[in-house]
Amino acid sequence: MNTSNVKKLILLLALATSGAVVAAEGDVSDSDRIAQYREMISDGNPADFDEMRGEELWKTAGGPKLATLEKCDLGKGAGVVKGAYAELPRYFKDTNKVQDLESRLLTCMSTLQGSSAEAIAAQPFSTEKKPSDISSLATYVAGQSKGIKMAVSVKHPREKEAFEIGKRIFNYRAGPYDFACSTCHATSNVRIRMQDLPNFNIRKDAQAAYTSWPAYRVSQGLTRSFQWRLNDCFRQQRFPEPKFASEATIDLTMFLAVSANGAAFAGPGLKR
Amino acid sequence: MNINMDRRKVLKAGGSAGLLALFASVGLISPALAEGDRKAFFAKSMDEALSLMGVIVPENSDAIKLTVPEIAENGAVVPVSVVSTLPRVEQISIFVDKNPNVLAANFFMPGGTESMITTRVKMGQTANVIALVKADGKFYRASREVKVTAGGCGG
Amino acid sequence: MGNPMKIRAAVKDGVTEVKILMQHEMETGMRKDADGALVPAWFITDVKAQYQGRTVLEAQFGQSISKNPYLVFRFQGGAAGEKLTVSWVDNKGDKRSDEATITA
Ligand code: HEC
Repeated sequence: MNTSNVKKLILLLALATSGAVVAAEGDVSDSDRIAQYREMISDGNPADFDEMRGEELWKTAGGPKLATLEKCDLGKGAGVVKGAYAELPRYFKDTNKVQDLESRLLTCMSTLQGSSAEAIAAQPFSTEKKPSDISSLATYVAGQSKGIKMAVSVKHPREKEAFEIGKRIFNYRAGPYDFACSTCHATSNVRIRMQDLPNFNIRKDAQAAYTSWPAYRVSQGLTRSFQWRLNDCFRQQRFPEPKFASEATIDLTMFLAVSANGAAFAGPGLKR
Repeated sequence: MNINMDRRKVLKAGGSAGLLALFASVGLISPALAEGDRKAFFAKSMDEALSLMGVIVPENSDAIKLTVPEIAENGAVVPVSVVSTLPRVEQISIFVDKNPNVLAANFFMPGGTESMITTRVKMGQTANVIALVKADGKFYRASREVKVTAGGCGG
Repeated sequence: MGNPMKIRAAVKDGVTEVKILMQHEMETGMRKDADGALVPAWFITDVKAQYQGRTVLEAQFGQSISKNPYLVFRFQGGAAGEKLTVSWVDNKGDKRSDEATITA
């Protein structure tokens, strides 16, 4: 990062957090205390309820065709949920696309159940008043990969291409502050308020970050999907919010998922 | 302790009488409970809560292990664990001294139930979490401060 | 009727450890919603856990217990394969009761 960018970063962070910004070095003790807090709340994750809701939705006939999603092919064959998330995103022959979990769920909900993809994409995230079905389904499917090692392939040329584009998007600077994801996520020991920002150039950081989503956000009292996480970071970056399950988000997810390869999937997580 | 006087105090606490009546009218809890044990939940300070619970001055005790995080990243969820080695524990109560209502929960341990409890409380700001343990008819306490970086009363 | 709880109960060396996660908003009555309107108080007031007709824990909650309340406690006895029941009531009169089978 060059100096002018560092200045801009600090300015933005200050704006975002009313003055409380630190690029801390040496001050490990607060991080340790936060780690202690996270450890203490890790048991009893309310994301379990979203998983239960998603499982129910998966197995209940719905949509105009009154079908369940139990025949949905998430990449490991029709109906195979276990371990599917650990290999997503991937290339799908039937759609001739690289798809992440949520875009694949959209495909299944429209082909199997006859639901309109536009209608589903219109409420892709839960709100305090209304849970989102596709978000709960994503929590359920992801939860079925708990403990399974991330093994996302880039063997297919389309997968390789998605990875490369995702990497470029990660480093692509634009917007009113000329920021990229990498502005905040490619340097160690950068913090906003109390949050240590993960450095995706460091395998261990990338793994920990990616494998803990979807996650229950304590501050919102809701379980959030990875698509939501990306949307929120586009917002932090002062970019327009991407379209739900759009190619850009899938490519970016591909890049981040591959960076997490080798680590056991640990989600759904629990975050501040 | 004079029950009538306590009741007046509760009425004065404002709004609480209506809520008590509501509890009693839907038959959720017996009127005895509504007027008795639950009144401390409306207390606005530690002193008021303790006096409503009939506690004189609880002794600090090393036999109570109160585990809370030093820093809570979000006040909406602050984990609290209380373990006591005092003999014959009947009740464990948890307070947050700067919350609008200081008493968070009462736990009643019948014989055969171990004297420990883990739960999660909301904290609006940096405050003390206090564990009150009733053992063999006497009250003991332990207290620890938790720094809250984002208040939890927004939910 | 409230939403289901998640209850895990495991016995080890004659002591059963119970972990309960309840689904409840636990509104304090002091929070404002997005439109600035006060959200009415709505919280669990009483919880009871029973094993073979014996009460093993009773609790009273106030507004300061977190959304989706979590409890861990232990009682002596309890046998693998036997059932434990947990029930709650809230200040609106809603109730919920769930069972869990104790595991070894
Ligand atoms: C202005 C700084 C900033 C930019 C730019 C930014 N992020 Fe973030 N990101 C954050 C913050 C702050 C957090 C932690 C947020 C929290 O805890 O609420 C975060 C968290 C994340 C996480 C979750 C990490 C975890 O461990 O839970 C991911 C994944 C992520 N960002 C990806 C991205 C991507 C992809 C981009 C580019 C589209 C991006 N971020 C751009 C600030 C930023």
